[in-house]
Amino acid sequence: MNMSWALVIWLSIGAYAFKMLGFVVVGSRKLPDVLSRCLMLIPAALLAALVFNSSFTSGQSYAIDERAIGLGVAIIAAWRKLPLIVVVILGAATTAFLRAL
Amino acid sequence: MKFRLEPEVRPVVTSALALSGAVGVFALAFGVLAVGAGANVWQACALSFFTFTGASQMSAMTVIGTGGSVGGALGGALLLAGRNGVYGLALSPYFNESLGKRLLAAHFVIDETTAMMTAQTNPRLQKIAFWTTAIALFSLWNLGTLLGAVLGSAIDPHTFGLDVGFTAAYVAMLFPHLKTVNGRFAAAGGALISVVLAPFVPIGLPILAAGLAIFVGLRPTDSSVTRSATASDNETVQ
Repeated sequence: MNMSWALVIWLSIGAYAFKMLGFVVVGSRKLPDVLSRCLMLIPAALLAALVFNSSFTSGQSYAIDERAIGLGVAIIAAWRKLPLIVVVILGAATTAFLRAL
Repeated sequence: MKFRLEPEVRPVVTSALALSGAVGVFALAFGVLAVGAGANVWQACALSFFTFTGASQMSAMTVIGTGGSVGGALGGALLLAGRNGVYGLALSPYFNESLGKRLLAAHFVIDETTAMMTAQTNPRLQKIAFWTTAIALFSLWNLGTLLGAVLGSAIDPHTFGLDVGFTAAYVAMLFPHLKTVNGRFAAAGGALISVVLAPFVPIGLPILAAGLAIFVGLRPTDSSVTRSATASDNETVQ
């Protein structure tokens, strides 16, 4: 595992810097519409990337396993607008069950 | 902060507390998942206290959990944190306080505070919405993380499918972004990039590269999707 305090510290500094940049430094000056439109798409692009990358790859190779089924269950649960915690538990529990078989 | 609740203030405070409660439960999940991905209890808590932006914290832990480097984990997480800069732009006209107070308030500029604040119509309620949400959510986010991390330390992450727990959380967080055409294009593009690049570049980099998909926003489109509308779209937990 590569978890380290360096990650915690740099991520915290970086996250605060972004919050402050818009809020305090740039202030009420307006960003061009097209730029803020692109920036607001960051979560859509990255969340989808995290979903698919972590479901269908293992290290640097492709893999289809129990995770794909867990993902499918989570997608159905989220689509049915179940609360986030229920979506998380269903996804994890499905995978755990299949792994235990 | 006024705790003498007038009729017009009550709904603001109530919805701030309800939202914070939901986020607190999510924090519990984050705590469990973070220790499952390799963080210790204190690292999980420090992330919630000092980074305090859920999607970035989770993204960093996913990359670490799948064997990525610190640099790889930082890339995608910081890109996700970048949107708080845009929220800051939207909120700063409402704040005319001293620099010190603005520097403190900046730490709490996230999806939920932005959504709650921009949903109010007068300056006083906006301020109450911001600070009530900030204080309640920050408290419960950190408490939830601590409980989750302690709980998570006691179980084996792989056996309990915690890696897919992360993925499931992202799925739930992604859905509100799929309401717009651009959101769907960005999601499809990001997913494609992240999978196609996986065999060729170090772990974590495909997530960062997926950020290129945001340029679908350059498409000429109806400009009716304003910042505040986008922010309140995200009112579900981020």
